[in-house]
Amino acid sequence: MLNVAVVQFPGSNSDHDAVRAAAAVGANSYLVWHRDTDLRGADVVILPGGFSYGDYLRAGAIARFSPVMAAVQRHAADGGAVLGICNGFQILCEAHLLPGALMRNAGLHFVAKPVDVTVERTDTPFTGAFTEGQRVRLPVAHGEGRFLAGDDTLRMLEAEGRVVLRYVADTEGSPYQPNPNGSAAHIAGIRNAGGNVVGMMPHPERADEPVLGLADGRGFFISMAAGKPQPATAKVLNR
Amino acid sequence: MTYRVHVRVMPRSGLLDPQGQAVEHALSALGFAEAGGVRVGRAIELEVAAPTRADAEARARQMCDKLLANPVTEDYLLQVEER
Repeated sequence: MLNVAVVQFPGSNSDHDAVRAAAAVGANSYLVWHRDTDLRGADVVILPGGFSYGDYLRAGAIARFSPVMAAVQRHAADGGAVLGICNGFQILCEAHLLPGALMRNAGLHFVAKPVDVTVERTDTPFTGAFTEGQRVRLPVAHGEGRFLAGDDTLRMLEAEGRVVLRYVADTEGSPYQPNPNGSAAHIAGIRNAGGNVVGMMPHPERADEPVLGLADGRGFFISMAAGKPQPATAKVLNR
Repeated sequence: MTYRVHVRVMPRSGLLDPQGQAVEHALSALGFAEAGGVRVGRAIELEVAAPTRADAEARARQMCDKLLANPVTEDYLLQVEER
């Protein structure tokens, strides 16, 4: 069975959603408190959305030093899959598991609405179930989602194909705001060099059932579950 | 010896600073049309116990590099004074 550890920081608010979304594809998902140092045999680690430590100093800056993060660093270094969603993405950048930083939205407003993004890479543990170039609709909910990196880093991300998700351009006919935060190169999600660590601003765990209004988010969890196939997962997926 | 360290963290010059822009608009709306180039940063004060001023500054610099400022987006200035 796929073990999925969802790290709970003080101020996390999408932790239970992530546990539920992972369980819905047949994973054994559970919360790990930020002071724990044992990921309990996790195959996948999810750093959920929220406002860890009240976003004090900078979003993700304090959470990076939580005791659990040493274990997350080791897990990532060993090639283990890590998904950072929203605040989790901010934490991954602060922890230098991903390059760049997430700054205050260009429009200053907190944006909470659906956006259309293009899946540009399907060779990550969380996007394998999509087709390259597939457009998916997911909610964003953040005040600091403007991805920024030095010119060299941006060039490197593009050259190495490490942009996983991009907000669709305004010419692509989305009914939603094309780039809700002023992100460099419309970047909504990136991966590390090894491809096992992915950070994204949109919230797949809040959009994985038709009853939630949007269901495209499920693909991220199906991809994750498919990474380690086992009968229970297959049964849920065929439902 | 205890030193008082003043840290001034500012968004990197050249980077879009939406907070600075919003404050500039607000100033202009209040009639301060002469105000321009507004940027908003953060000030942090702390005390550092160290044998010398240079040691205090070196430690404070490490604190800035590791936590107080994000080198991707921010620059910082340090000022160290004896208490």
